[in-house]
Amino acid sequence: MEPLDVEVDENSLELPSDPMQLLMGPSHPAMHGTVRIILDLSGETVVKADVQIGYLHRGFEKSCERGTWNQVFPYVDRCNYSSPMLNNVGYALAVEKLCGITVPERCQYYRVIMGELARMADHLVCNAAMAMELGAFTPFLWWCRAREMIFDIFEEETGARVTHSFGRIGGMAQAPTARFKEQVRAALPKFLASSEEGISLLERNRIFMDRTMNVSPISAADATALGWTGPCLRSTGVAYDIRKAHPYLVYDRFDFDVPIGTVGDNFDRFMCRCEEIRQSARIVEQALAQMPDDGPVNVDDPRFVFPDKREVYSTIESTIRHFKIVMDGVPVPAGEAYGYTEAANGELGFYVVSDGSGTPFRVRIRPPSFAMVQGLSKLITGQMIPDIIPTFGSLNMIGGECDH
Amino acid sequence: MAKKLLDLLTQRFGSEVILETSSDHGDDTAVIAPGQWREVAMFLRNDPACKLDRFVDLCGADYPNRLPRLEVIAHLHSLVHNHRLRIKTRIGDEACDGAIVPSLVAVWEGANWFERETFDMFGIRFADHPDLRRILTYDEFEGHPLRKDYPATKTQPLVPYREGNDVIGKLEPFSSDEGLSFGRKHLDYVKEEA
Repeated sequence: MEPLDVEVDENSLELPSDPMQLLMGPSHPAMHGTVRIILDLSGETVVKADVQIGYLHRGFEKSCERGTWNQVFPYVDRCNYSSPMLNNVGYALAVEKLCGITVPERCQYYRVIMGELARMADHLVCNAAMAMELGAFTPFLWWCRAREMIFDIFEEETGARVTHSFGRIGGMAQAPTARFKEQVRAALPKFLASSEEGISLLERNRIFMDRTMNVSPISAADATALGWTGPCLRSTGVAYDIRKAHPYLVYDRFDFDVPIGTVGDNFDRFMCRCEEIRQSARIVEQALAQMPDDGPVNVDDPRFVFPDKREVYSTIESTIRHFKIVMDGVPVPAGEAYGYTEAANGELGFYVVSDGSGTPFRVRIRPPSFAMVQGLSKLITGQMIPDIIPTFGSLNMIGGECDH
Repeated sequence: MAKKLLDLLTQRFGSEVILETSSDHGDDTAVIAPGQWREVAMFLRNDPACKLDRFVDLCGADYPNRLPRLEVIAHLHSLVHNHRLRIKTRIGDEACDGAIVPSLVAVWEGANWFERETFDMFGIRFADHPDLRRILTYDEFEGHPLRKDYPATKTQPLVPYREGNDVIGKLEPFSSDEGLSFGRKHLDYVKEEA
């Protein structure tokens, strides 16, 4: 056999140098999310990438214009199926801003706790999926087990594991159960232990570090101009968190830190999410200590909140009230408002316009991952094909909200 | 805080350009003449007192009983001053003709996909946009779904297999008499409204 290191005159070799076009997706086995990337490749390097979305478009905004204001909640659930509770709260806050109502303190704490639990679950799933796509299956399974603990709490509180439709304009569908605090206190340390266990597998893992460190970095200025928010923006070093910058609910009463990264690469995005899980746990602990044990959950306003069921069956006034809310919807005054909250992926905005009838005139969702996926082609240009997978994973594209 | 922004804008551009300002529900809004849309945006981004460096959102809205009928709404935020502003412009006649606005992609790169989405959903064109294609629906889609005169139950016609430079030659998945009947036209209870 001839030796492999035979001297070759490289000028005599004729290698094809035309760029190759490759279609990645819409349902690529290594990507979670339905997106098609049209790649122009030179060898294995991406020269140009055209990201095409819309495969999960279901006309969310059009559907909202057909029902009452409260009937939008099931739709927002399905916009981000990783953390529906945060979407419920975000939408409720936007409409409440337009109505000028504030929910009682107990409900505000309840929303914070449920929201932070949802954020922890969302970050965990994002990190788990990203690690799994890089071949690390163990953290994925461990973290799914951890997520189950949060889902059990949601199931106990709302009756549903994933799509709760639990928010209401002017409160929540149900008051916290009697064992709510006890359950969260019991689950939280177990959840954190499981989360830390998974992080310890990846944090100093040579393969994971090589695949993610300095892969697809982005500058703070670029990320800002692209409209990025959330962990992806913070990983570039911009300490912008709506919970700190424009505190809503009772977030100004908690002591928590905003983790930031340095170069905005995949590893920074991963680590930002890991740290945010710990910070969310801190918020939950403080909120549990501060949350009042009794008191009203819904606003004291008969136009927005259903009367007690016993009264509906026994008094005509309550029957009428119940009927009016179901048939006409809640009376949202004419006007427009933009409500924004910090969802798991970043700024979740709802621009709501009312014409004074019980039906929304326009509900616009500003999904955080739409802006993030927009930056994907910039991130992967110049990178190799295998780097697309962790980059896509670290952006946490949620098809439901990205494609509306 | 941001009330100052509105005063500053009115002072700088006058009521010819800044048609209307309001501050409802804590959101400051300025309605801008469509011709100066990009100019005002550029000022808002660069002026040290405004410094609206973070692009938040851009969307459309359709008011069929009003003229001009269509509205483009952008939300902006400043990381430096931590204030927010909503700017709007109104365009288009009863048939949505003449709905053209200068694109903001040159000001904020992030406006790209949001403008494509607004074009897709409302048919508002953005002049000088680098890549104005449909984004959530497909090229052969008929109409603009978020306009108020687009019926929510409308179904779209079947599209023949597409040819083009972004499609690598391959076999059609089904021949013409095979496959699923897409849409809900075959169901009795779905009546086409238009």
